[in-house]
Order: sequence, then C-alpha cells, then structure tokens
Amino acid sequence: MKASTVQELIIAAILAFLAALWPLVVDIYWLGIGVDVMMYVALATSWVLFSGPTHYISLATAAFFGIGGFLVGSGMSDYEASFWSMAALSACVGAVLAALIGLATLRLSGVYFVIFTLGLAEMIRNLVSWIQNNFLGSRGLYVFTDFTDKHLYWMLLGVAVAVYLLGWIISRSRLGFALRIIGGDETVARHVGIDTATVKVILFTTTGFFAALVGAIIAPRWSYIEPNQVFSPQLSFFVVIMALLGGAGRLWGPVVGVIPFLLIWNWVDTNFPNQSILVLGIAFLVIVYFLPHGVVGRLEQLRIWSRTLK
Amino acid sequence: MQIIDILISGLLLSGTYALVAMGLNLQYGVARIMNLANGEVLVFGSLAAFWLYTSSQISPLLTILIVIPISFIGNLLIYNLLLAPLVRRSKSRGALEVDSILATFGMSFILIGIMTSIEGGFFAYKYLSEPIQILGSTTSLSRLVAFLIATLIALVLYLWLNKTRSGVAVRAVSVSTEAAGLVGINVPRLSAVAFAIGGAITAVGGALISTFITLDASIGVVFTLKALIIVIMGGVGEIRGAIIAAIILGIVETTVATLVDPGLTLAAAYFIFVLILLFRPQGLFGRRNT
Amino acid sequence: MFTRTLRKLATVATAMALFASGVQAADVIKIGAIAPKTGGLAGGAVVTQWPNVELWVNQVNARGGLDVGGKMMQIELIEYDDKTNPGEHIKLAQRLATQDKVDFIVAPYGTGFNIATAPIYGKFGYPMIAVSAITDKMEELTQRYPNLFFTLGTTTAFVQGVTEILVEQRAAGTIGNEVAMVNVADAFGIELADRARELFAAEGFDIVYDKSYPLGTPDLSPVMKGAKESGAKAFIAWSYPPDSFGLAEQAIIEDLDVNVYYSAVATSFPAFSGVYGSKINNVLGAGGTNVDDPAIAAYRAAHSEITGKTADYWASANTYAALQILEQAIVGAATLDRDTVTQYIKDNSFDTVMGDLSFKNNFSDTFWSVGQWQDGVFRGVKGSNVEGAVDVRLKDGWK
Repeated sequence: MKASTVQELIIAAILAFLAALWPLVVDIYWLGIGVDVMMYVALATSWVLFSGPTHYISLATAAFFGIGGFLVGSGMSDYEASFWSMAALSACVGAVLAALIGLATLRLSGVYFVIFTLGLAEMIRNLVSWIQNNFLGSRGLYVFTDFTDKHLYWMLLGVAVAVYLLGWIISRSRLGFALRIIGGDETVARHVGIDTATVKVILFTTTGFFAALVGAIIAPRWSYIEPNQVFSPQLSFFVVIMALLGGAGRLWGPVVGVIPFLLIWNWVDTNFPNQSILVLGIAFLVIVYFLPHGVVGRLEQLRIWSRTLK
Repeated sequence: MQIIDILISGLLLSGTYALVAMGLNLQYGVARIMNLANGEVLVFGSLAAFWLYTSSQISPLLTILIVIPISFIGNLLIYNLLLAPLVRRSKSRGALEVDSILATFGMSFILIGIMTSIEGGFFAYKYLSEPIQILGSTTSLSRLVAFLIATLIALVLYLWLNKTRSGVAVRAVSVSTEAAGLVGINVPRLSAVAFAIGGAITAVGGALISTFITLDASIGVVFTLKALIIVIMGGVGEIRGAIIAAIILGIVETTVATLVDPGLTLAAAYFIFVLILLFRPQGLFGRRNT
Repeated sequence: MFTRTLRKLATVATAMALFASGVQAADVIKIGAIAPKTGGLAGGAVVTQWPNVELWVNQVNARGGLDVGGKMMQIELIEYDDKTNPGEHIKLAQRLATQDKVDFIVAPYGTGFNIATAPIYGKFGYPMIAVSAITDKMEELTQRYPNLFFTLGTTTAFVQGVTEILVEQRAAGTIGNEVAMVNVADAFGIELADRARELFAAEGFDIVYDKSYPLGTPDLSPVMKGAKESGAKAFIAWSYPPDSFGLAEQAIIEDLDVNVYYSAVATSFPAFSGVYGSKINNVLGAGGTNVDDPAIAAYRAAHSEITGKTADYWASANTYAALQILEQAIVGAATLDRDTVTQYIKDNSFDTVMGDLSFKNNFSDTFWSVGQWQDGVFRGVKGSNVEGAVDVRLKDGWK
C-alpha cells in the first residue's frame, strides 16, 4: 500500500462532506441504501487497514460485528443500559478480542490465517449463544431507540471517516513505513528489525474495534437481535469480497468496491426478484473476470494507459 | 456404556465429516482452488438423492452411481470454463486464492439459485433409518453406511494417490506446480481432473448425508465452513490429514456433547482447531509454507 | 450529480409507465410481499407463507378482484426474496414503500423481520397483520408501532399450552415430575426455553435434562441418548425444522420411552408425517388445526388444488386468515386509504377460516398452541379461543 498523500486527504474530506449531505437530498429509499453503503464502507475500510498492508485475509469481521450487535441488544434489553454505553463497551470488547486473536495468530500465514479467523468467528458465535442460553436467559434482544436511518447514516459516516483518517495517519507514520516493508516481504522486514508481530496485532485491534462499533450502530436498525443473524459468516465474506473488488491496495479501494457492488445488487433485486440470487452470482462472476485487480486495478491501468497514449 | 456410545457415534460422525472434507482437500490441495461453493455441490448431491427417492423410489445408494459421473463432468466443466482462466492469469498463488474465493463465491450463489428453483423447501426424507446395535451402542444404519462408504472412498483415494502413477503425479502437483511441470507433468489437466474428482466425492457425500440429515438449498455454507476447517486443520493437500482431522472433530464433538454440554460442541471443535493451528501452524500433516 | 440523473431517469420512467399503463393503473391494487425464498428461513416460508399468498391472490383475482367502494380492483402482487437477511429485508421494504409504492403489504415471515420493518411500514401507514411473530413484548411493540397486529399468540402462550399438557398428564399419572428439555440455541429456542424453565418450575416440574444444541448440529444422538438416560417420561424440544426432523429420527432409533414427546417448529409440516409415517403417531408439536371445521377443510382443499402443496397444520391457516382480514378490511372500509383500513381492522371483526377474529389492543387471541399427530392428521389439542380440540393421546412406542 502506497503512502497516502495530502492530496488524497483533501479529496477524502471533500467526499466526506458531500456524503454528509446525502440524507438531506434523497428520499428514504436511497437513504437506506446509503446506510448500507456506509456500513460496508466502514467495515471494508477497517478491514483493508489490516489486510491491505499485511496481505492477510481476515474472515473475523462477523465475530466483531456480532459482538457489537449482541452487546447492544443484550445490554439494552436485559440490563437497561443505554445505547451509547453499550456501543462504547462493544467497541472496547471488540478491540480486546481482536488483540487476543492477533496475538494468537502471529505464526500463521496465508490460508491458515484465513480459515483460522473464520473458525474463531464461528467459535465466538457458539459461545455467545451458549452463554445467552445458560446464563443470560433472555426474552429476546430488543433494541428500541429513536434513531432513524438519518442518524445511523451519519454515525456510520463518522466511523468510516475515522477509519480512513486513522489509516491515513498510520500510512504516513513509521508504522506505515514498517507495514509497507512487511507487505513487500515479511522475512526482510523481520530481518531489518521490524517487530512484525506487534504491528500486526495493533492493526488487527483496530479492525476489531471498528467492526464491533459498526455492529453496535446497526443494532437499532434491526431492532431484534438474533445471534445467528448478527454473527452470520456471510457478512465476513461480503466485506472481503467488496474490499477485494475495490482493490485492497489502496485505503480508498473499498469505497469504489462497495458502491458499485451494492448498486449492482440493488439493480438485480429490482429486475430479477424471483431469481435474485442466481443473477447476483452471475454478476459476481462477470465482475471477477473483468476486474482482476479490483476497480482500483482497472483505474490504475486506465491511468497508465492514458499516460502512454500521450 | 457411555464410552462406547461416544466412540461409535464419534466415529460415525467423523465419517460424515470426512465425506464433507475429502473433496475440498483435493480441490484446494491440488488444483489450488479455495472452493467456497463446495457446500453447494454437496447439497446438489443431496437434492439428487432426495428427488430421485421421493419421486421414483430410487435408493440413494443407486443415486450415487448417477451422481458420480454427473458431478465429475459438471465440476470438470466448471474448472475448465470458469476456473482455468483464473489459474492462467494469476501471477502468484495469493492472487489465485483471492480470485478463486471471489469466483467460487459467485458460483455458490448460482448453485443456490438453481437448486431453490428445483426445490425451495426441506429435502425431507429418510432412508435406512433403522436402528442397529454396534458393540451395544445404538445408531442408525444410514450413518453406518455413510461411514463405510466414506472409508471406502478414503481407501481408494489413498491407494490411488500413493500407489499409482497418476496418483503420484497428482501428489507432485500438490507439492509444487512448478516442479511438477518441470518433470513433464501436465499440471493443468491433472488439476482439472483432481478438481472434478473432488467435486464427485463431495456430491456423493451429499447424497449419503441426506439420508440422515434434513438439508435445504441454502444450508451449503455450513458444510463449506466445516470442510474448510477440516482441510486446514489436517494440513492442505494431505488426505491423511483431512481424515485424522475429521476423526478428531467427530470424537471431540461427540465427547463434549455427551459429557459436557451439547451446546458447546461447535465451540469445542473450533477450539481444538484453534489449538492445533497454534502449535502446528501448517496443520497436522501440512508442509511449512515456503 | 448521481441523484439528479437518477431522478431524471425516474421521472421519465414513471411518465412512460403511466402513459403505457394508462387507465390500467387505476384498476389495480398493488400488494407487496417480502419473505425468504433462499437462506435459513426459506424452508419454512416456502411451506407456510408463499403458498398462502399465491392462493389468496389467485382466489381474489378469480373472483374479479376486490370491491373497493363499487370498483372492482385486481391485485397486483409484487414479491421479493429477502434471502433471510435483515439488512436486505429492510432495504426491500423501503423499496416497496417508496419506489413500488404498494397499497398494502403482507406482513413478513419471522419475528425479527416483522420487528425490523415495523418502523418503516409504520411510517407509511401500512397495516401489518403479522402471523409468524411470536413475542412477549406485544404491548410495548404495539405502543411503538400502532400499525402492527399480532395473530399467533405470545411466547408465554406458546409455552403455556405445553405446560398445561404436562400438568394434566402428571395428574393422570402417565408422567412424573421429571421432564427432559432441549432447545436450539437460536433466539426463538432460547426464549422459549427460558420461559419454560420458569413455567415448569412454577408447576413443580424438575427439568432433569436441560441442554441446548447449536443450530445445524449434524448429530443429535448424544442429546437423545442423554434425554433417554435421564429417565424422564416427558420430552420437550424447542426446536427448528432441521432439528425437529433430526430429533424425531433419533427418538425412533433410540426407541425413546416417553409418554409425552413434543418438538416445536415444523412438527406441523405435512412432510413430518410424510417422512416418518406411523412412527411419529402421537407426537406433539407447535400449532394444530381443526380439520373437521368446514371452513378449514374447504381452505385446505383449495390450498392443495391451487398451489399444489398441502397446507401445514399450524400457521398456514392463520396466514390465510390474515390475508382474509386485509381483504375484508379493504372492502369494508371501501377505500385504499391505509389509515382508514388500519382503523377498520382495529374496530371490526372478520369472518375467516380461523373463525371470527377481532383485535383487542392489536392482538387477536385466536390460535392453536399445541397439536398432535393422530393417525396422519395433526389435530389441535391446546389453543386459545378455538374449537375442536381433541384429547391428548400418549406416545406409544415408535413403530
């Protein structure tokens, strides 16, 4: 991942400002789509923060997201806690959990890491359900707030901006420099004295923090929290796919991955309501074949191409 | 006797898990395709068994004979038409993994869509659901049959991979595609064949499993997850590893379900998986990655 | 930018559509229906929800449509697959309300989806006559969402039916104080088990085997063996479709020696009897129906004929009844104005296959809670304000 420039930051700030105006100019439907976009942008960007430089594909997103949703649901429903306190708590729990997982995965690489994170997400899901069943015993996790899509959109936009900002700062710091070396060749990095282990753990912790926060924010939208829904592994896959489609080499890759993906999804749902899953799969395959390095890759290619034409 | 119950049920469950994982082991270990549609291929086999049994009273054991060639050809086509281009254009192993994850994810959606249009509800039927006694422990005949066929498949695979020329060539490919190519092995063709055989095994597994588990078109992802865990836990590309991993999982899950709490079975299984990877990051029988 | 172009396109499209459809648009009532066709809940929705929607729309249009204040209007059904995903369902609900601009909606399948969409539909005034939404928070929910109606009972009522049977059987001496209880570790199963522990304890029952299992457990034999070992003569399972089938299979294999056997969801599916035949005779389950009631019998016949599927023996009838309520409310109010129709639903009673239904505080308490397979028919044994309950029989072996 290349170092981010100030130019990128300015562009990002402008886009964020424009994005903040979205709820004021569109109707409920497009606002709802906006909420989905923001949710995935936040999740995918925090995923890229870790996986971009390290080239480690994490499938643990659902574990953190689920913790966020579950803690908010459980806290508000069974313990009369406030949304804000539970959201803050879940982000911290997510960070701690991610730190533990990060420490555990130090020696893993490649596909072992991928499936390890997947297995952990499943394990957490089962543990949480078991704890709820045997100790918390619940009458359903209801999350009643006065938040509308507008509020959730701005909250998620805030998270996405925070993630991007964090990534920008990191990429320009010594940590970012270390990351680029790790991404280039981890053995080399270790040999020049970079503490690759600590770096990976720190980054993974941020992923956990933000994913849990997003899960907490989405909880009011769903209103009724079921463990098997909030911990759904499909979410992990979708986040990875959207990030990869956009291109994990850039911090803004997810944005250009999420938006077209969700728009295509929306288009398919509208035009093929009875075979939406089938057509979605086909659309997927088409994207994979024509965007081998994600949208970012295509854009870079176009840029190089247009330069050679001059 | 509880110990006997645990051992018998655990082993039979291992048979089920082996059926789920052996196919993916070939597909990932040899063809290097991280096949996220593996579960859907399994469900396809189940759908075939369900449909043929409920409409024409054809025994799932016979359906297997139909499923093998169809699944083989189907997976061969999928590999050659959809996946081989990705293999050709990928410049690194990591890139191929990413591409195959994306592509097979799309494929899984397509398969779910096709299956749902054939049968949207549960594949509810039963076959050979008679109780039998093994060493004093009661279990169902269908599970035993699945276990025996799983053992047969594992045996055939082992013999093929270790005692025949083509099998050894396949193992060479699983160790290193470049080196195998250098010694004159037709890597693309063998990868395709390995992928197809993997798909055939998975579909057979699905047909057998459907005799004692009620599946539906959307449940595939659960089996994909299980297969991925088993394959990685055992060490990629090693058939022995997958079998041992399946056995460990089957016994552990059954032990925990019987002696501790059935609600912790999956948590315990994943815990073992996590433990193994912590102490052997390449899986039980895997090779240290270069 | 993007929005402007979109708006332009939308305006052009709408104009074209209006032009093309001309007068047709005015003679059609648009009804939206979102439910799973894929994903974890699809297996249930395909049995209980979709066929009833198909049946109802079919029958209404065959009659010429609905008489709305003198004008016959046909139903145009707009359906979507929510893929059992809450985010997806919410998006599609917003679509129905703002883009498709449907006149009315069929309430979703599943408690979670009903609650998730209540705010959206509420904002647009759509009455939601929910069926498969079972909760103990009805009061709070209907206060927040006055457009949300419940028709299948509360979580407590669900468990109460089972508790009553246990009490009766204990008094008759067929079971003791010991109960073996298992539940699927998902929201619904956990809630039911929690409630059951309370209610069973209050009646002096001792749950000697109390375990949960994860959704999708492939091998339920340890659970069944554990229950068998406990020696309890009553077995209660708060289960979902795959495990209801799995537990039944295991009970047959183990020849579970109980006099009361209950599994929750999907026991009322025709497939349950189809697969296990006489072996599951006298198995109790969630739901029930009175097949001898002429209205129900006629409904079931029409269901089989028009959809090609057999209705289930529980929520199918309620789902159809909910659609009948919607129909009668629209016709009775003689308008498509949703607020008027919603008020009509609150103020009137309706003649449905479940009998005369009316709502008090948005709650219609006419439903079956427990049924039993008796010689190939799943008959209601416990319910609220329903007639035709038959006596509970004892489980007599698994042959």
